[in-house]
Amino acid sequence: MLERLRVQTLVNGEEIEFLCEPRQSLLEALRDILKLTGTKEGCNDGNCGACSVILNGRLVDSCLVLAAEVQGATVETVEGLAGPTGLHPLQQSFLEQAALQCGICTPGFLMAAKALLDREPHPSEARVRLWLAGNLCRCTGYDKIVRAVLDAADKMEVARP
Amino acid sequence: MRSFEYVAPRVLSEALAAVAERGERARVLAGGTDILVQLRAGRRQVDRLVDVKAIPEVNELSYDPHRGLRLGAAVPCYRVYEQGSVAQAYPGLIDAVSLVGGTQIQGRASVGGNLCNAAPSGDTIPALIALGAVCIVASPATTREMPAEDFCTAPGRTVLQPGEMLVNLRIPPPARRSGAAYLRFIPRNEMDIAVVGVGASVVLDDARQRFVSARIALGAVAPTPLLVKAAGEALAGQDVSERSIEAAAAAAMAAARPITDMRGTVEQRRHLVGALTRRALRRAIQRASEE
Repeated sequence: MLERLRVQTLVNGEEIEFLCEPRQSLLEALRDILKLTGTKEGCNDGNCGACSVILNGRLVDSCLVLAAEVQGATVETVEGLAGPTGLHPLQQSFLEQAALQCGICTPGFLMAAKALLDREPHPSEARVRLWLAGNLCRCTGYDKIVRAVLDAADKMEVARP
Repeated sequence: MRSFEYVAPRVLSEALAAVAERGERARVLAGGTDILVQLRAGRRQVDRLVDVKAIPEVNELSYDPHRGLRLGAAVPCYRVYEQGSVAQAYPGLIDAVSLVGGTQIQGRASVGGNLCNAAPSGDTIPALIALGAVCIVASPATTREMPAEDFCTAPGRTVLQPGEMLVNLRIPPPARRSGAAYLRFIPRNEMDIAVVGVGASVVLDDARQRFVSARIALGAVAPTPLLVKAAGEALAGQDVSERSIEAAAAAAMAAARPITDMRGTVEQRRHLVGALTRRALRRAIQRASEE
C-alpha cells in the first residue's frame, strides 16, 4: 500500500488540496493530478527550464521540487498568467514578436520572464539573457524571445498608472 | 523514481533522529537539485528523505562583523547574494553562488548541499575553502566541526557518517585588508560545470605592499576540491608582485592532479589552474586594496 500525502497549496490564487506519493514531483502533481498541463516536461532533470513555475515568488524547475514540499506554499503556473481582460503583456509580446515555434518551451519562458519582470521591471538585454539561461529553446535562436521580454517590459511600463 | 518516505520536521533534534533512524538509507533534502536528479536516475537509493527547510538552524543566514557568517546548510544561493551585508563582506563567496546553475537552480540549490554533493567541480567549495569556512556536523549524540577542505573525501563522498548531517557553515569575519575571489573556466557563458575552478583569499599588510597570508583552493582537478597550502606559503610575507603571484600559480599547478575527460584534458586543466590562480589572486588583491 503506497503512502499518500495530503497537500494543501495555493495554485494560481486558488486553494487546492490533493493527494500525492512522496516521490512525485511538483511537475507530476500539476500535470497528472491537477490536470494543469500548461507546464511542460522537458528534460526532467533541471537543465531545460520547460517546467519552470513560480514557487513562493521564486522561479524554480517544478521537476526538481517534490509535490509534498509545496504544502502551504504559493504556486504560479502559466494557466494563471492571463487575466480576466485578456492575455498577459508577456503572452501578447511573445505572439507579436513570434517568440515561439513549437511552443514546448514557451510556458517555462513565460514564467521565467514573469519572475524577472516582477522584481526588475526594466532589465537590460544582457540581464534578460542571463536570467533566461536556465531555459532552453531549440527553435527560435533566443533573439525573438529576448526581444519579446523587452517589449513586454515596455508595454507594462506604459500600462502602469 | 522508486518510492521513499518524506518527512519535514520543524525541529533540529527531530531531523537528526529521522536521519539517524535510517542511517545510510536516509538522505537530507534541501534544494533537491542534486538528490532528486540522482534518485530519478537510480544513482542513489533512499528509504527516507528528510526535508530540513523548516528547521531554523539549517536556514539561518546571519552576518556579524565580529562573529562572521553563519550559513545554514539549506540556505539557497539567491539568499546569499541578495543579502546586502553578506554580499559586501564576502564577494568571493558571491562569485561562486552566482555561478551555480541558472536562475531556477539558484532559487533552490544550497551551498551546504553543494558541499554534501561533493562533486570535484562544485563551484562553492573552493570559495568556502579559501575563506576558511568551518562545517558544523551533528548527529543525535554529538556535534563536531571540521574545516571545509576536510569535508569531501572522494567524488560524491564526504566525512558524514550514517546518521550525521551538515547543520551549518561558519565563515570567519573578513580580516582587515583582505579580499577573496572565485573564478572558473567553462567553454560557454553560463549553465555549465567547471573545467577548473580556483578560489583565492589574501590578507595584505597596512601598506598593501605585502601578503600577510593567503589561501588558494582548486576545483575539478582532483577527486575532491583541494586546499593548496604551498601556494599560500609561497605568498605569506612576500611583496605583492607578479613574481610572487607567479610562484603561487606554479605551486597550484604542481598540486593539481587533473584527469582527462569530456570537459578537458590534463594539459588544459593544468594550464587553466595557473591562469585562473593568477587572475583570482589579482582580483582578491584588488578587493583587499579597495577595502
